[in-house]
Amino acid sequence: MIRVVLPYHLRTLAGVGAEVELDVPGPVTQRSVLDALESRYPMLRGTIRDQVTQKRRPFLRFFACEEDWSNDSPDAALPEVVASGAEPFYVIGAIAGG
Amino acid sequence: MSSVRVLVGTRKGAFILSSDGKRERWDVSGPHFGGWEIYHMKGSAVDPNRIYASQSSGWFGQVMQRSNDGGKTWEPVGNKFVYEGTTGTHLWYDGTPHPWEFKRVWHLEPSLADPDTVYAGVEDAAFFRTTDGGQTWHELPGLRGHGSGRFWQPGAGGMGLHTILLDPVNPDRIFIAISAAGVFRTLDGGQTWQPVNRGLQSPYVLPDPDAEVGHCVHRIAAHPSRPNVLFMQKHWDVMRSDDGGDSWQEVSGNLPTDFGFVIDVHAHEPETIYVVPIKSDSEHYPPEGKLRVYRSRTGGNEWEPLENGLPQQDCYVNVLRDAMAVDSLDSCGIYFGTTGGQVYASTDGGDSWNAVVRDLPAVLSVEVQTLP
Repeated sequence: MIRVVLPYHLRTLAGVGAEVELDVPGPVTQRSVLDALESRYPMLRGTIRDQVTQKRRPFLRFFACEEDWSNDSPDAALPEVVASGAEPFYVIGAIAGG
Repeated sequence: MSSVRVLVGTRKGAFILSSDGKRERWDVSGPHFGGWEIYHMKGSAVDPNRIYASQSSGWFGQVMQRSNDGGKTWEPVGNKFVYEGTTGTHLWYDGTPHPWEFKRVWHLEPSLADPDTVYAGVEDAAFFRTTDGGQTWHELPGLRGHGSGRFWQPGAGGMGLHTILLDPVNPDRIFIAISAAGVFRTLDGGQTWQPVNRGLQSPYVLPDPDAEVGHCVHRIAAHPSRPNVLFMQKHWDVMRSDDGGDSWQEVSGNLPTDFGFVIDVHAHEPETIYVVPIKSDSEHYPPEGKLRVYRSRTGGNEWEPLENGLPQQDCYVNVLRDAMAVDSLDSCGIYFGTTGGQVYASTDGGDSWNAVVRDLPAVLSVEVQTLP
């Protein structure tokens, strides 16, 4: 079970609490986690990744295990503690705007 | 007894203002989608409880919302806007080619016949349509592809398709307006388009007085009973067309300044029109710090200031292009919202005004539904 922490506005959009739990088949990567997240909560499509290019939206970051994974390959394996559910995968809204 | 519902989009959420036909006491609902920019909300003419909203954010992009109960509850619908075919380029601010990039939905125009069909005007300027209640959106690419698209250039506020006028008599005829490209007309339901900007003069950006495109049209409006008569607030100049856009004449007349954003038409008097003059293109506030709506009962040229109930000192708000609307009650109501968060209403055609709310986030859009 993968744990994902969403920023406030995506929680309200998806109607979920601070953390969601997902079954992620196969290797646990940014792509597989976000694919599973969007499959379960289709209203989040396009809000984290561009719907066509699948690139991360510029003002969002991906954190895990106190490290910034935002610029890593979306197909790179996430840490084992994320894959095991011991640590969450964070989607963070950048400090920007007003 | 009739009632009205005012749909207000703001920089930080949506608000719905409701009143009975007297329009004296108002119920304020919101913020809906708090913290998100709501560029526009509009209800279906054939099913007023069906309302569509454009919700967007710099962080999370575009979300589309639909309500089936008059705005009490909402459900996210499809938000995938992909340009059809080869994306192509338009001109960037520096005159170089720049690829089309979807940014947000500026304006929603539900079909006059089908609550599941809605047109969307987007930035970068393009014309989309859903026929399944918002689940999927498809571009009608003839607008960008008619030939001049590669010469369009954004204005300071972006290259948005901000106005969609549906002809209530001929469903195949639609007018749209783009900043800063101009007005375009289709006669075949959006498959093919032609620019209709003859008579517009924009010497500050277009040295060619006969330029077909490139005009910074801020808003166009028409009375449903006379779809061949169009009114326009341009970057500078208030204009009218009596031939369905084939030609335009200036009707700024005695306005204190002919810069502005909004323009609208009285519900029962097709020659009575309203604008809110703004001091200049770089000073987006009313002249002299006095917020005044100007009314013409002659379709332009002769204008009178309307100030009863509006702030007449130290007022430096703006009224954005989609932020004025009229109801269709017997005594026509006029509504507009400001960047200072006020929504003003007049129940007597503009003779007097009251603030329905004063302290909302900056208002981006105002629409009104007149309910039976």
